[in-house]
Amino acid sequence: MEKSDYKNIYVFAEQREGVIQSVALELLGKAHELAAILNEKVVAILCGHQIKSQAQMLIEYGADEVLCIDEPEMKDYLTEQYSQAIYQVVMQYKPSILMIGATTIGRDLAPRLACHLNTGLTADCTRLEISEEGELMMTRPAFGGNLMATIMCTNHRPQMSTVRPGVMQRMQRDASRKGEVVDFKPTFDASKFKVRLVKNVKEDKGKVDITEAKVLVSGGRGVGCKEGFEKLQSLAETFPNAEVSSSRAMVDAGVIDHDRQVGQTGKTVRPDLYLALGISGAIQHLAGMEESDLIIAVNKDKYAPIFGVADLGIVCDLNKVVPLLTARLAKEIKK
Amino acid sequence: MNIIVCIKQVPNTNVIKINPTTGTLIRDGVPSIMNPDDKGGLEMALRLKDQLGAKVTVITMGPPQADAICREAFAMGADRAIILSDRRFAGADTLATSYALSGAFKNLDYDMIICGRQAIDGDTAQVPVSLAQHLDLPQVTYVTDLEVNGNICTVTKETEEGHQILEVPTPCVLTVLASANQPRYMSVKGIMEAFDKEVEIWNADQIDVDQARLGLSGSPTRVKKSFTKPQKTPGQLYEVDAEEAVELIVSKLKEKFII
Repeated sequence: MEKSDYKNIYVFAEQREGVIQSVALELLGKAHELAAILNEKVVAILCGHQIKSQAQMLIEYGADEVLCIDEPEMKDYLTEQYSQAIYQVVMQYKPSILMIGATTIGRDLAPRLACHLNTGLTADCTRLEISEEGELMMTRPAFGGNLMATIMCTNHRPQMSTVRPGVMQRMQRDASRKGEVVDFKPTFDASKFKVRLVKNVKEDKGKVDITEAKVLVSGGRGVGCKEGFEKLQSLAETFPNAEVSSSRAMVDAGVIDHDRQVGQTGKTVRPDLYLALGISGAIQHLAGMEESDLIIAVNKDKYAPIFGVADLGIVCDLNKVVPLLTARLAKEIKK
Repeated sequence: MNIIVCIKQVPNTNVIKINPTTGTLIRDGVPSIMNPDDKGGLEMALRLKDQLGAKVTVITMGPPQADAICREAFAMGADRAIILSDRRFAGADTLATSYALSGAFKNLDYDMIICGRQAIDGDTAQVPVSLAQHLDLPQVTYVTDLEVNGNICTVTKETEEGHQILEVPTPCVLTVLASANQPRYMSVKGIMEAFDKEVEIWNADQIDVDQARLGLSGSPTRVKKSFTKPQKTPGQLYEVDAEEAVELIVSKLKEKFII
């Protein structure tokens, strides 16, 4: 492998049912920033069927070029179909960096590809930087968020990483950006298509995406029960763009859906306001929310670790605070 | 049917603490456990054994102390246990680890390989998928349910929006979530017998691999540095009644232009 043959940053633009996923736009934002340092370009890999109309949006969010693999085989994600196609892209175009969202799709695809390409892969990166030598430095949490590790892949190409949704920030959409859309035709070995998708079931989980909310009203063990969360919902409704989220304890207790879980095994969030109510703040939880702009915590236990990351800490019974705060904010926000 | 379950011994990360003065992990006294997702995978295999009479082998890579989780697997109902243990495996990243495992699988008979989705110490979820690629097998990840009819597995996969039903023929690799089932307890009889059974230790000469691709030298990634996260300076802490709490919160929200 000749390292100098490899250049440009490629981003897997994940789509589901023809809709580009927000993680793809977040990766483009980061790729755009890194490409400026390296003086390289950003290429989005768009796989799907009748998907080409989405390419322009990728350009407006930071891609300089879109490689479009528009094939019936690419309609729904299946491991083998996608990994064959993207493997061929890498072999032909030789990217120096390949970024993939750490979703159930990306985490199924990326290790398969990395292994086939005999290169390194770093999972769930929370920071991506370029070293003085122009190498990618990939930082990720380990040991349940207790430790951070910076990982490099200096002797193999491409340098591959997955990044969880909500970790990177997308750039401002710029409708004036121009870029080329190139069709790529992979050659498929259909004899290896062994997995068949029988059905894709969407469960109505309340259709929330807590990573998109500007304000999160988040409840933990201190909230206790479903009725408690209904009160948090009323509080959330006083804000224009707020959702209720939760710590793992309440998800495990079956009080609230996994969709709303913040933390290492849930979602990573960075809202403008994270209101932590009755959350003690296990390290796995902190790993998912400590990048929030403003953190306000209410907890009865003044030694709760959540206060270690809070900008404002209130030692008080949340059951007394929540109704009063809801009433007060209803007035304040209406004004 | 032969089922091989990949298991890993991990420190219970829920109880790891950071030494506040040195900023390093305190590993002393941290209990080692069978990785929770792997235990879910083992339970799934044992249920197939109950239904269809499968033979269940567990395999792990690590130091000889991994004997403890092998005995636990025996006591739950596994039939055979292998530890890949050799200094030549040391320093392996996920690619080199999966490569070593694939070398062991080349010397084993299997219809199905079941792994946990990810281990709680690394959380990468990369080894099972890389293993599937090394062995050129189809894979389904994030599995919560499995039904086997002849050589066809009907698998439920959890996704962000709900779930998928997929069909995959054996041999295949499945990765299972801890939430898929409630693993059985070790039986008293199982525990008694577990200590009489042999845990096989295989070294690098007993697997089908190119030695140069093992361990650190076979690993494309390197940990450049590791560190504990810089502690954020906490804000002010107030012990107040509810009325004052509301005043403090509202004024903070105004100060930061949230409202």
